[in-house]
This record gives sequence, C-alpha cells and structure tokens, in this order.
Amino acid sequence: MDLKTKALTKSIWVFHFAAASCNNCDIEILDAMTPKFDLERFGMLKVGSIRHADVMLVTGAISHKAAVRLKRLYEQAAKPCLVVAVGCCACSMCIFRDSYNMAGPFDRLVPVHAYIPGCPPKPEAIIMGVVKLVKALKKG
Amino acid sequence: MAKTLFYFIVFPGFLFTALIGLLVSWIDRKVTARVQWRVGPPILQPFYDFVKLLGKETIVPQAGSKFTFLLSPLFGLAAVTIVSTLLWLVMISPEKTFLGDLIVVIYLLAIPSISIIIGGFASGNPLASLGASREMKMVLAYELPFILAIFTPVIKAQGIIKLGDLLQYQWANSIFLNSWSGFIAFVVAIICMQAKLALVPFDIPEAETEIIAGPYIEYSGAPLALHKLTRWMMLFVVPIFLVVVFMGGIIFSGLHILWGILKYVLLLVLIILIRNTNPRLRIDQAIKFFWGPVTILAVIGVILAFLGI
Repeated sequence: MDLKTKALTKSIWVFHFAAASCNNCDIEILDAMTPKFDLERFGMLKVGSIRHADVMLVTGAISHKAAVRLKRLYEQAAKPCLVVAVGCCACSMCIFRDSYNMAGPFDRLVPVHAYIPGCPPKPEAIIMGVVKLVKALKKG
Repeated sequence: MAKTLFYFIVFPGFLFTALIGLLVSWIDRKVTARVQWRVGPPILQPFYDFVKLLGKETIVPQAGSKFTFLLSPLFGLAAVTIVSTLLWLVMISPEKTFLGDLIVVIYLLAIPSISIIIGGFASGNPLASLGASREMKMVLAYELPFILAIFTPVIKAQGIIKLGDLLQYQWANSIFLNSWSGFIAFVVAIICMQAKLALVPFDIPEAETEIIAGPYIEYSGAPLALHKLTRWMMLFVVPIFLVVVFMGGIIFSGLHILWGILKYVLLLVLIILIRNTNPRLRIDQAIKFFWGPVTILAVIGVILAFLGI
C-alpha cells in the first residue's frame, strides 16, 4: 500500500448530502461524531464543500429534483471521491419504492461504493460500513 | 548564498516551520477534542491530511481566473516562511537585525489574509466572494489595534524599531508584559491574533455553518493543501511574534529554551481555549468590537507607554 492510499484511508473527509430523508439518518451520522463514538479519532471530518470531500454520504430517497443535484455534486467532487448510501431509503428506496416522484434507486445515477442499511442505521453500523470501505480501499 | 538558502528552506524557514505547524495544528485538534470529552486524532493526522490533499485532483472552476486562483496560496506560504525565518534568526543571534524589521514583519503578516482574499475573489463563486469580502473587512478592522499594540513596546523602549534590539532591551531590563502598558497592549494583541488566525469567535470569513468554507470553497487538492499549511504555519508564527515582542522571546542557552517554549505553549493553549468557549460574532459586531473597545484599549496602552508606566 503506497503513501497516497494510506493517507486517504487515514484522513477521510465526509460531505453529507441529505436528499430529503426523514432526518433520522442525518442525526445518526452526526451521532458518530459525538464523544461516545468520536470518528475524528480516525481522521474523519465533516466538510461543507464537496470540493474538499473524499466521501459523499447520501441519505434519503432520491426524488427527480434531488437526482439532478446529486449528479451535479458528484461531478463537482475532486476525484477520488467515494459514495456511500446510508439508510434503507438510500439503499433500496424502502417504502417509497412505488412513489410517483422517485427517480429510482440512486446507484443507477452515480457509482455507489458502500451500502449501510438500517432505518436508521446505528452509529455502530455506520462505523462498520466505514471500516469495510477502508478495507476495500486498502485492497485497491 | 548557500547559507541563506538553507535558512529559508530548511531551518528556520520552510521545512522547520511547516513541521512545527503540522504538530501545532495537531495540538489544536487534540486539545479541542479533550475539551469536548473526545479522544481526538493521532499525532500524524495533519501530515496525513496534507499528503492526502496533495494526492487529490485539482479543480479550477470555469468561472474563475486560473492564474490568480492557483497562485494565491503561494503568496501566503512565502510570506509566512519569510516571517518565520526573520523571527528565528533574530532570536538565535539578535545582532543579525536590520532597521525596521519589525515593520517588515507586520507587513508580511498581513499577506496571508490578502492571499485568501485574492483566492476567494478569483474562484468565481458567490459564497467565496462573500467570504473574501468579509475577510477584507476583518483585515480593516483588526489591523489598526494590532499595529497600535505592537508599537506600544516600541514607544516604551524609546523608539527601538529593530526586533533584535527590542529583545536585548527586554533581556537587559524586564519583559514588556511586566508593565501596565505592555499588559494592556498584550491583551489587545491576543484578541487581534485570534482574528488574524481566523479562529472562533472571529472565523467570520469562513463560517462553516453559514457560508460553508468561505474563500476556500472552490479549492481542492494541492492548492487547498497549501492554504491549510499556511494557516497551520500562521498558528505557529503569529504567537511566536507576540512572544518576541512582549515576552522576551526564546533565549538559546540551556534551560532557557524550555522556558521559551513554555511561553509559546501557554499562548497556544490560551488561543485554543478562547476558540472552544466562544460563539461566532457577526461581521458588523466584529468591526464594532475592534474599532470600539479594542482600539480604545490599545490607545490607552499607547498613552500609558508615553507616560512610562
């Protein structure tokens, strides 16, 4: 593993794209940053600008309006940028599957590198997902 | 020639300042984490951040000006490097000073802010422009009390305007912090330093929750890494400047070195604690604060220094 990959796995800056979820996933993501779980131990930070991000977290079911923004945001990110789906809505659209205003599962829009299921996923589950992502990155 | 290059590039110039800057930013994050009852990042964290940013893609926005956008981080970095070289050379051998190097340092310390302003305006993003214009207002607000505070010791030392002579004056008599005028000027300088470093309560230009990252919003990859490095180096250089001007600097002999480092660490922890216990001000509140109470306090310090107190 070269220094570049190592540095990437040790310092993951997260951009949070909240696509109209019910807020539970958003709260659980913030929970992972609080003193009890403290993801900053592993160098993870939340950033406000997609240009600084290494990982884009997506929560919520993607509607037609959100789909355009999601695509544009992914194109604006500095590569390598990974995409993680957090929560059942983002993973499989859950109960919104048959809604008229849904743009379909969002892994058809942008490549998704990890799925974290749960409604909402526990902070432990989010950390587990992160660990799996880091392991996959290390393998290359 | 080779010696000068060594001074600028290795010690006490770029490499030394950058390494200490990385360490200092780790201390900042670690103490912040401990204040919030967290564990905090490992010691190599800023290094990883820096390397990672160097390895990422650099995007230049279409609406921006490419040349200025990519060049502006270098201005700030160069200025901080020169300030650090000047300060450390003066502390190591006070006779290596020249007339007016205090003024040069004050000028150079303003350049990182200017580089942020240029970079923000060059990126063609409305939020970045907003952040840059706020940074400009902040520079206008804090420069006046900062310069007044720095010139209080000069007045107290009967018009010595060389850094080396100021140090020797302090070693011969007592440090400026021991007098009333010096103390008042020091308090003013700490407040201005907080604004110069763009830390809470004066992180108005890059207000994360409000305008995302302000001037930095469009930066990615290596230019962002340089901007971050400049900020970390500033966190090292500006307190060292105050240590030189007000607290007698670092004397390079035996135990005095430890005592000098302790002065700097105390100042650093003070900065971090201020940053962790304050909310962010609005830009109009900040300007009122600097042009009102802080400037008045600085003027009182100057008057006291003229009276010799």
